[in-house]
This record gives sequence, C-alpha cells and structure tokens, in this order.
Amino acid sequence: MDIFKIIDQFQQIDGDAVGRLEYASRRHFMHKAGSKLASAAIPTAFAAIVNKAFAQSAAAVDVLNYALTLEYLEDEFYKAGNAAANLIPASDKAIFTQIGKHETQHVAFLVKALGSKAIAKPTFDFQYGGAFSDVFTNYKTFVTVSSALEDTGVRAYKGQAGVLIADPQILEYALQVHSIEARHAAVARRLAATLLGNTAMKGWITGKEGAVAAIYAGEDNMTQGGVNLKGLASKSDAAITEAFDEPLTKEAVLAIAGPFIKK
Amino acid sequence: MNKHTKTKNSHGREGKEITTIVNRRLFLRSAGLATSLGTIVIAAGCNDDDEDPMIPGTGDTVDLGSGDMGVLNYAYALEQLEAAFYTQVMQTPYNGITDAEKAILTDIRDHEIVHREFFKAALGDKAIKGLTPNFSAIDFTKREAVLGAAKLFEDTGVAAYNGAGKLIKDPNYLLLAGKIVSVEARHAAVIRDLINPKSADFAGDDIIDANGMDRAIAPADILAAVKGYVKDTLTGTSVGK
Repeated sequence: MDIFKIIDQFQQIDGDAVGRLEYASRRHFMHKAGSKLASAAIPTAFAAIVNKAFAQSAAAVDVLNYALTLEYLEDEFYKAGNAAANLIPASDKAIFTQIGKHETQHVAFLVKALGSKAIAKPTFDFQYGGAFSDVFTNYKTFVTVSSALEDTGVRAYKGQAGVLIADPQILEYALQVHSIEARHAAVARRLAATLLGNTAMKGWITGKEGAVAAIYAGEDNMTQGGVNLKGLASKSDAAITEAFDEPLTKEAVLAIAGPFIKK
Repeated sequence: MNKHTKTKNSHGREGKEITTIVNRRLFLRSAGLATSLGTIVIAAGCNDDDEDPMIPGTGDTVDLGSGDMGVLNYAYALEQLEAAFYTQVMQTPYNGITDAEKAILTDIRDHEIVHREFFKAALGDKAIKGLTPNFSAIDFTKREAVLGAAKLFEDTGVAAYNGAGKLIKDPNYLLLAGKIVSVEARHAAVIRDLINPKSADFAGDDIIDANGMDRAIAPADILAAVKGYVKDTLTGTSVGK
C-alpha cells in the first residue's frame, strides 16, 4: 500500500478537494455556533467529497474501513449495553448514553464518507469467546470492556496518524475522533477503578495499568523522540508514562479486536 | 451569510482565502474561544479593577518560528502556560479542595511539566524563552474559578493539537503530538467530570459536534484566545509554514 500514490490520485481526481473540505468543515463549525440553517446538508457534502476522492483507491478505503470496523464494534457494544435491563445504574446512564451517541455518529460519518465502499457491519461476540461471558449482565464486566475498547480506540487512531500525514483533512478528522475516544477512555477508566476497587487505575494510563492487561503492552514506554525521559524534571516514571499515550499498529489492534468479531 | 461567502468563493483561490479568514473570524466571534474566554473570566469572579485580560501582553514579543519547529514551539508555549497554571493551583489550593482533587490536579501538573520540559529539550537552541504567564483574572481561592480555567486550558489544548496536526511535516513529530493530545483529552474529561460529575459533560455537546468530533482550531485563533493569559506577545504566523 503506497499512501503517497493514493494522495496523488486524490489530487488528480479533484485538485480542489482539500479547499472545499476546509470550506465545508468551517461551515460545520458555524452550525455549532447556532446557525442551524442548511446544516443537515454539510456532513453529506463533506462525505461526498471524501467519497469522491477515495473512490479509486482500495488502500485508502482500507484505512477508513479499519476505523469503521472499530466504530461498528463500539457502537454495537454501547447499543446493547444501554438497552440491557438492570445493567447500567441510573447514576451512570448519562455517561454511557453520551459515549454511545458519539460512536453512532462516528459510524454514520464513516459510512457516508465511504459510500458504496463501506464494509458491512460484522457480527460481534462481545463475550470475547467466553472471557467476558457476563458482559451485559454484570456492570463491572461491562465497564471493564468499555475502558479496554476506548483505550484500544485511542491507540488505534494514534497509530494511523502517520499514514494520513499527506492527507491533511482526513488526518484532522481522525485526530478529532481520536481525542473523543480519549475523553471516553478517561471516564470509563475512572468508573472501572471504582467498581474494581483498583486505586492504581486513573483516567490516564500509569505504566501499562488497565483493566485488560493484554491491550496495554508498550504503554510503559519511557523513550520519546529518541530520548529516555527517566528523571525528567525530577518526575516519577509514573508521571512520565502517564504524560504520553502510545500507539498500536493496525495488526496489533485487529489481533486484540479479533475475538470480538465473529465474521 | 452562506450565500454571500459562496459567491466570494467562486472567484478563485484568492477569494477563497479571504472567505476562510472571514469564516474563521465569524466562527470565533459567534461560537468560539473569545466567547468562552469571556465566560471564564466572569466565572472566575475576577476583580473589576484587574487589568483587562484581553489586552495584549506587556512583556516581550516572541516569534514561535516556522515549519515543524514553529509547531513544536507553539506546543511548548501552551504547555508552559498549562504547567504554570497547575503549579500555581497546587501552591495555593482552592478552598475546600478534596484529597481526590489534589491527587488529580497534582498528576495533571506533573504531566504538563513533563510535556513542557520535553519540548524544551527537544527544541534545544530553537526553543522560545520561558514565558511570563498572567493569571490575574483567575481567583485561585475558588474551586469554580480554578476548575473553570482548567477546563478552558484543557479543551483549548486539545483543539490546538488537533488543529496543528495537519501542519506537521515530520511523522515522528506528528506521532509525538498524538501521544500528548490524547492525554490532554483525558485531562479535559476528568476536569469536566469534577465540575459536573457523572454527566455527559466530559465530552459535552457544548464542544463536540454532530459528527461526534472534538474541535480542531488553527494556531492564530488559539493564540488570540489565550493571549490574555500571557504577558508576552506570541506571534505564530509562520507556524507550520
């Protein structure tokens, strides 16, 4: 897969795509400002441009479909969790309703952007082959899986940033979703810490601390920009590792997500 | 308004740039940081006799530079402000601060100091000077004022990194920015949860758009929004260029 070729094709197809994307997204900001006029058309316009730009590139479609796979997974997970009786206590409903809303919005956006190239929604097994068999009946398990999914999402989007470097508007979109996943992860982790009685678990990742150990490999990295930061500003290893989140490759993420996906 | 800008846009590249500037101004005026800054200043319960925080800095003029070094200095400037803010918060904790809040704000302070020192070291002799913050508008004795300012700084930090990402040329720097921005987003969520616990505010509809996306804001707009909090005048016109 050669992302630079894809970008070249992108520009040959529609040399002004980036400019128009910028224009469309700014108008979208104005929608936020309260000018609701014509706002409904804007995501569609944006998506149409993305779709046109990527229409001939199987590799680029793969990247967006990778994101879509993860968003489908999260969306289905929260739909099931939010619908389950006696799972989420009333005190925490607002949190998971908001997270679920965002995942639904991410799916809708990607499906529109990909158009006919969008993959079909996979069939999921949220019991993860039996490891989380009570995921929709035991709130502890649900929150554990939620925190793991969100932290994995953060690592997954981060891992794609470099791939999108020559494609500014898609990169920006990915970053805007990436930080939302991090907001989700922070609250899910704090809920998990309380429910599991794990005081070492915080909104940020200390070392490789998390409710599902396997997905935090490498989060204890101390080397940034080629320099080992040990002792920087006399701060602890804990503080230094908390200050940086680490990426995962697509292969690593799909290995983690694999058992959730039946087909 | 939309019709008007569309017409301009059809005049080609130059017209489009003007439109971009106009739209950005409109966005800022109507929805963006200028407004939230004002809100925070009011929420902070600042003394009416304090200097106007929107008056540009009275210290040095600091040029952030160009290209990737400009982006790194931009990040370094914001991290300096955040680190100085939380250092002050923990030196003079607000009335009624709980142990749990102390632990969180100490963690965040340490993360921001690590970010600041990391950028300083990474930039070496290209680093801008240490900035002089101006937090005179923030009443550090009041929980509402401190957490309100923290929310503004964290949300602004997230939007700044998100908006700067596409200006970065070197993938290694882009990844570094990515490693930091998600930590800023975690801070933002936790601060927002302290202000309004167990609500949707950690990723609230006040900042998250209808596509479920966080904000991405260009350096010029971020610098305009934070200028009241720094005595020096920051110029970032070449950042990323």
